[in-house]
Amino acid sequence: MTAAQGGDLKIELGRRYRFAASHRLHSAQMSDAENARIYGKCNNACGHGHNYTVEIGISGDVDPATGMIANLVDLDSFVQREVIEPFDHRSLNDEVEVFRAEVPTTENLCIEIYRRMQAFPHAKLERVRVEETSNNSFEYAEEGVVSGSDGAL
Amino acid sequence: MVLLTRKIEFSASHRYNNPALSAEENQRIFGKCNNPHGHGHNYTLEVTVAGEPDPVTGMVVDLADLKKILEQEVMRRMDHRHLNFEVPELAGQIPTCENVARVIWNLLEPKIPQGRLHRVRLYESPDLFADCYRNGAGRNGSAS
Repeated sequence: MTAAQGGDLKIELGRRYRFAASHRLHSAQMSDAENARIYGKCNNACGHGHNYTVEIGISGDVDPATGMIANLVDLDSFVQREVIEPFDHRSLNDEVEVFRAEVPTTENLCIEIYRRMQAFPHAKLERVRVEETSNNSFEYAEEGVVSGSDGAL
Repeated sequence: MVLLTRKIEFSASHRYNNPALSAEENQRIFGKCNNPHGHGHNYTLEVTVAGEPDPVTGMVVDLADLKKILEQEVMRRMDHRHLNFEVPELAGQIPTCENVARVIWNLLEPKIPQGRLHRVRLYESPDLFADCYRNGAGRNGSAS
C-alpha cells in the first residue's frame, strides 16, 4: 500500500467506552458539615452511581500497511483490562486503590484513567475525556484538566 | 479566534484488505472488516474552521459557501459510494477512519475561502472517530 503519512498533518484516533460505577464525594480532610456543604447530594453517605462514558484520544503515524494508528483490537483489549474491568459495576471509593485516598470526582477519575492509559504501548496517549452524565464532562491531557463542569456532581 | 463547525452525514461502504499480505494475515489484522463483500457505515463529518469574525458580516466563514464545498468535495465523492473503488484519492490506501479523515482534510483545506481549516473529525460510528489537525495547531485553535 502507498505511504499515507500526512506530512505536517496530525491524525488522532478517538474511541469511546462505557462503564457504570458508584462513588461518594467525601474528603477526609474536611468536617462532615463542610463535606455536605461542598459536595451536596454527592456526599450522600450511601453513595450513588453514574453511567460513565470514556473517550480515549491517541495519536501516532498511520501505518501504511494497515491504515491505522493502532489496531483497535489492541486498544479495546487494553482499555477492557485496565479500565473497564477494574471500574465497571464497582464502587470507585471501595474497589479502586487510588480512591481510598483521593476523592473520586470525575476530575480525579479522568487523571487516573489517563495514568493507566499512558502504558498503552502502540500509540501516544493524547487525552482522556470522561462524561459523568450527558451534561458533565471532563478532559485531561498532558497540560492538565482542559475542560470541566462547575455544576453539582 | 472563533471556531465554527459544520456537520454533515454520508453513507459509504468499504473493506480493509492489503493485497501485499496473505489472506490469513489480512483476516488476523482486520478481522470482520476484512469481509470480502465489504460493509458500510453512516459517517458523520465535523469540519471546523478557525478565524476572526468578518467585521462586516460577523462570520468566520460564510456557511453557504462551506455547505457548497462540503457537497462538492465530500458528498459527491463519498456518499453512497464504495470507498475502495470509487474514490481515486483513496487508491492504494486502506480506507480506515484515519486515512479517510486525512483525504477529506486534503480535499477541503485549499477550498476554504475564509478563515482556515482547523480540524476534520470523521466519525465512523458514535464510538470511533479520527481527528485531523495541522501539526502544531492547538485543539482550541491556538498555536501550541
